[in-house]
Amino acid sequence: MKASLFITCLADLFYPQVGKSVVEVLEHYGVEVDFPMGQTCCGQPAYNSGYHEEAKKAAEQMIRVFEGSTYVVSPSGSCAAMFREIYPQLFREDEEWRERAEKLAQKTYEFSEFLVKVLGVKVEAAFPATATYHHSCHMNRFLGVKEEPITLLNQVEGLTLKDLPYSHDCCGFGGTFSVKMKEISTAMADTKLSHVEETDTEILIGSDLGCLMHLGGRLHRQGKEIKTMHVAEVLAKGLKK
Amino acid sequence: MTARRKEFHQRVEEAFANPQMRKSVPITQDNLRFGRIRAMEELKNGEAWREIASQIRNHTLDHLQEYVNELITNFEKNGGKAHFAKNGEEAVQTVLSIARKHQAKRVVKSKSMVTEEIHLNHALEEDGINVVETDLGEFIIQLAGETPSHILAPAIHKSRQEVAELFSKEAGRPLTDRTEDLTRYARERLRQEFLDADLGITGCNFAVAESGSIILISNEGNARMTSSLPKVHIVVMGMERVVPTWAELDVLVTMLTRNATGQKLSVYMTAISGPRRAGDLDGPEEVHLIILDNGRSDILESKYREVLKCIRCSACVNVCPVYREIGGHAYGGVYSGPIGAVLTPLLDGMEKNKELPFASSLCGACTEVCPVKIPLHHYLIEERKDLVEKGFLPKQERVTFQAFAFLTSHPLFYRSAVRGAGRLSPMFGRDGVLKKGPGMLAGWTDGRDLPLPAKESFHDWWRRQRGEKR
Ligand code: SF4
Repeated sequence: MKASLFITCLADLFYPQVGKSVVEVLEHYGVEVDFPMGQTCCGQPAYNSGYHEEAKKAAEQMIRVFEGSTYVVSPSGSCAAMFREIYPQLFREDEEWRERAEKLAQKTYEFSEFLVKVLGVKVEAAFPATATYHHSCHMNRFLGVKEEPITLLNQVEGLTLKDLPYSHDCCGFGGTFSVKMKEISTAMADTKLSHVEETDTEILIGSDLGCLMHLGGRLHRQGKEIKTMHVAEVLAKGLKK
Repeated sequence: MTARRKEFHQRVEEAFANPQMRKSVPITQDNLRFGRIRAMEELKNGEAWREIASQIRNHTLDHLQEYVNELITNFEKNGGKAHFAKNGEEAVQTVLSIARKHQAKRVVKSKSMVTEEIHLNHALEEDGINVVETDLGEFIIQLAGETPSHILAPAIHKSRQEVAELFSKEAGRPLTDRTEDLTRYARERLRQEFLDADLGITGCNFAVAESGSIILISNEGNARMTSSLPKVHIVVMGMERVVPTWAELDVLVTMLTRNATGQKLSVYMTAISGPRRAGDLDGPEEVHLIILDNGRSDILESKYREVLKCIRCSACVNVCPVYREIGGHAYGGVYSGPIGAVLTPLLDGMEKNKELPFASSLCGACTEVCPVKIPLHHYLIEERKDLVEKGFLPKQERVTFQAFAFLTSHPLFYRSAVRGAGRLSPMFGRDGVLKKGPGMLAGWTDGRDLPLPAKESFHDWWRRQRGEKR
């Protein structure tokens, strides 16, 4: 089976190890991974800020780049939701592009969703630690991917996954919201992190690098010990070779 | 009329400087939202109910004029008098002229957001009329000289101690902060007001077109007193509150109470179909219905029409993580939370309220719960787009996003920008993070550390490892 990796701009720039983990895990399960070099950013910052003409430029580029792919897999629920939910709407008045957008939407998957729904994997990994999981909003509400990451993490040997109170509440990242409304955004991070602390775990796992960058950045600022990790990193670190 | 409004960011700062609000809001918000979850689960097929409620509201909006006409005809058949008001000013003048005709000096009111929308209390008081709010929460904030900070629980931001202080001052004697004492005081204090009032003013949760009935939903019973004790009763309703028949009302009331407070039904539901008839034991001699447009017709014709489906249940407010942090006053309008963020710019002007559509992380929690399926967070994005198109946002921002569009559609430039960031990054940060960013980055680093761009991007790693195939 073939799949194309859609790395997302945050992972490309800040967290390349997450991309490497995705590749490692997918290849472990027999997927032939390719990486279309022309990919950039899904356009979400522009779209959510109201700059839809600018967002379309990014979207057209991404649609062109992934046109030859069988599956598109992304380590970000939010960016996958952009492909799947927003692109077809963005081009609703342009028949040609809308059709191309819909084709892309149909083959796009978030990483954990792809592992569970398409590959149906049985996780072969061990990672002794205690952790909790943050459900990011766009993945949970817009993609409808809720249980898949939990299903995977629960199969990791040695990993104790504790329930996060208020786990479906937004962490306050929100893309440009984090900068435009920085006080509110930071206050929301603190609320979220107070719940994370209640779980008394070492690691906060998530599926969206925006949320992890925001929460991790706040933890780091406060000198807290809790680490942040992407699901793909957990699965890759613990892979039984 | 009022002094120039404070800027949004200033209002947010004030909210953060109010520890009592920051403590009270999450507690009440939790009670309401978890109550809602239980009540909706009890219904079993909550999603189907939402769909039906949404369809009822859509259908009503599609035929709004017809149903409003039917309502007026039937309401007047019952002996009431209906008035139509194009805007707040007309509605206020109608109320004032009725008050003057009856030489009213004292008015009792039950809770109504729409009268807040048209600043009715202020106008009545200017006219020398004494107005008393009779809903407990409204009574509290009236004493405090504030505006409601929640659609349903207007005094959500106040503690019991603060209420005791306000009441003690009003009573001229010290009161304990025990809930029973406080409610007893309010009840005694308000009883006399009901008896003395010349005029009762209420809002309207729904109005049934087929029978010309006004429906009031409350838990305190004050709405019944307001509508039945004074000789004259005035109802103010937003024109979209109409419901075709009692069958649809049934669905909407079920959704309203369950989504608002988690109740199967409210304690009181009053249906008023006109003034007292011969032989009736009580009831007002005159009932007036003021149907308010105030921008609603324009919204109906616009892409935001679905916002008029709102039944003011506040479910969206109760799940909103932004509201949780800043409370209701920060929104600056009558309606707070997600519905306020969407509605206030539409009713009160886009440019004046240009921050509100951005006061959301777009998490979608509001859209997920709305019992009538208003696409709230999509509307927020749409409003942002309107603000951009109208040129109401800083020019610098447009330039930035134009640069973004260029980079994202030119992969070679994009890649070299990413690579450049990676090369430069060691010059800025320490221990792998940036603590104090220059320019726009400061917005991030004021509250959070920023990871430094990786020395080698994923793109470069892939090319080094696997070569450039596609
Ligand atoms: S927008 Fe929806 S959830 Fe919010 S108050 Fe109105 S009906 Fe309730």
